[in-house]
Amino acid sequence: MENMVNVYFYGKKYSVPADLTIMTAMEYAGYTLKRGCGCRHGFCGACATIYRIKGKNELKACLACQTQVQEGMYVASIPFFPTDKRVYDINEIKPAQQIMMELYPEIYSCIGCNACTKACTQDLNVMQYIAYAQRGEFEKCAEESFDCVGCGCCSVRCPAGISHPMVGLLARRLTGKYIAPESEHLNNRVEEIHSGAFDDLIQQIMAKPLAELQELYNNREIEK
Amino acid sequence: MFTPEMLESIKKVEATRPERMGMEPRRMTAEEKDTLLKAYHPDYKADGFAEIKVGPNKGQKAPAELSTLLHSNSRLLGADIDLNKIDYDVDVLVIGGGGAGSSAAIEAHEAGANVMIVTKLRIGDANTMMAEGGIQAADKENDSPVQHYLDAFGGGHFAARPELLRRLVMEAPDAIQWLNRLGVMFDKDENGRMITTHGGGTSRKRMHACKDYSGAEIMRTLRDEVLNRGIPVVEFTSAVELIKDDKGQVAGAVLLNMETDDYLVARAKTVIIATGGAGRLHYQGFPTSNHYGATADGLILGYRAGAPLLYQDTIQYHPTGVAYPSQIYGALVTEKVRSLGAMLVNVDGEAFMHPLETRDVAAASIIRECSDRGKGVTTPLGTGVWLDTPMIEMIGGPGTIEKRIPAMLRMYLNYDIDMRKQPILVYPTLHYQNGGLEIGGDGFTKAIGNLLVAGEAVGGIHGRNRLMGNSLLDIIVFGRNAGKAAARKAKETELGALNLDHIQAYAGELEAAGLHTGSVSPLLLPDYARHER
Repeated sequence: MENMVNVYFYGKKYSVPADLTIMTAMEYAGYTLKRGCGCRHGFCGACATIYRIKGKNELKACLACQTQVQEGMYVASIPFFPTDKRVYDINEIKPAQQIMMELYPEIYSCIGCNACTKACTQDLNVMQYIAYAQRGEFEKCAEESFDCVGCGCCSVRCPAGISHPMVGLLARRLTGKYIAPESEHLNNRVEEIHSGAFDDLIQQIMAKPLAELQELYNNREIEK
Repeated sequence: MFTPEMLESIKKVEATRPERMGMEPRRMTAEEKDTLLKAYHPDYKADGFAEIKVGPNKGQKAPAELSTLLHSNSRLLGADIDLNKIDYDVDVLVIGGGGAGSSAAIEAHEAGANVMIVTKLRIGDANTMMAEGGIQAADKENDSPVQHYLDAFGGGHFAARPELLRRLVMEAPDAIQWLNRLGVMFDKDENGRMITTHGGGTSRKRMHACKDYSGAEIMRTLRDEVLNRGIPVVEFTSAVELIKDDKGQVAGAVLLNMETDDYLVARAKTVIIATGGAGRLHYQGFPTSNHYGATADGLILGYRAGAPLLYQDTIQYHPTGVAYPSQIYGALVTEKVRSLGAMLVNVDGEAFMHPLETRDVAAASIIRECSDRGKGVTTPLGTGVWLDTPMIEMIGGPGTIEKRIPAMLRMYLNYDIDMRKQPILVYPTLHYQNGGLEIGGDGFTKAIGNLLVAGEAVGGIHGRNRLMGNSLLDIIVFGRNAGKAAARKAKETELGALNLDHIQAYAGELEAAGLHTGSVSPLLLPDYARHER
């Protein structure tokens, strides 16, 4: 007999094998998932879930695909949360402090409760990256928020109504486009290709007979 | 959290580590690789395949599960769909909301087309989001698109379509620049030089990355751009059949609202299939690194409408899927772990191969180690070999793992395994569909002049095996190209009267071949729910 535990999906009790994740336990219980299920490997944030262990007060947030079931787990998934993404033209905006004030002014209403950080399924310091955004320190905000999967558990818990994943995303795009130094070698290569520098060479290799290509391939010099 | 047997084996791995640190295992010769693949790669396992009995690829083989879907009827057969009631009317219809579909939509929009995306889950719910290791482009001084071509062509067993591969490598630097200018945060040094590494089978270090969230960083940026542009995205709505017109063109798709089960009609002057892969069909019983929605839908839609497949019988098994613990069984362990120095080691602590052979060779080698050679480590769900991750910290210095592959570290720490201190157990996982719908160098299918395909649903870009980092690249290069080409083509396309006659014709072919699978296709979602009765 498998080691079983009792879990409660939306308050209804199911007995499931103890080594399952919340997601596979729901499927074991008979659910066919449409919402609340995405990459199943912890990258897409589709399966934001909250739970409480029976008899304990603390409310926890997690990704259903990355979390093992426990005895007495009361589970509710949050398949959609109305995070508030503001639209902008990436080519028009500039990485100056007022852009946050213009697009996400509510971040200045943060009361410092740290509920966002406690709710983060990736263990990020969410309140810290919002603080960086407030001060216009976009690079730090980008770095601190980089591993965000956008599940939205932070926003669910925020008394100031901040859409944290959207703030981090804006900071990352500003950093990637405007703040990180340009790649000269990349720009040079793009220009070379556009000017036709490789046109003949690529034509030549495409035209080579198979045996010659095999010979070339099997004797490539490999960069150390 | 390892078992006592695993811990015993780890001692052997630790004992040989100092000696292995200084050495580089020999690479296999071309003949050795050939013999290995034929004996151990799943593509050579005859009973995993079945002959296709109808349609343009009749007589060729395909994975048995895919053949079954190809041999099934449309769910619209006999349904009463009023094609005169148009719910969406656009220039360009993009089916699929992953990296290829989003890139296509952005470029079509940039070209002034009225474009919409339809996706059966959410935009960004795609294999793109899960690509970890990186994206190739020959943009360093010691490298060139020609070298990139040679690596990819040889790695794909000289089977790639040259005109497709040419586009892939020649437009790669441009793709990186485009992404960078959209705000993707590539790993760079303080002077702006891209930090690049090797992938299996590369001869130059041209793997660009965004830590080990490369695909996620690209996908969330593309999604944000789609939303900034106000491109309509219809989520939880699946394309279940292409619509054609009386001129033999495609003319849109019938959509299914996944939540209400209502059908909708989208009319379009050009259609781009960007539906991704097929990992959730679990060919030969393999676990998969793929997204929940990876069920080959686009292949079925295109094939039923008359577009041929190419290399539908070649599948990529990523050599390093998680073998243990069971909760993350089949999840991807990025190839970057090996790029950064971790070796593949068997139960006795022996490095049995060079860690950066191409994926098909590496997967076959691991399968051999775990089967005939009996040198695998037993796990609750099967067997695996060690990936000696502590080597990364010894080579790159303490902190390298946290900085370069934070997602991997986090995934294992969830289960109390610290990969900085202990090796991890891996086994091949179903990762990528090398084949797909056949297109020409311009991105259009050859059979239907206004139907395009982009991304993993395409066959022929990589040949019979794909190198790491060339998939994130192909979704961008071919996605962008498809968007531009579809927008152009829409301007000159005049649609005729809409019909679904091809469904009936296909049903006739199935009937004539005596095929009755008892199911309908496309699959849309895998069947994972357990029912006691």
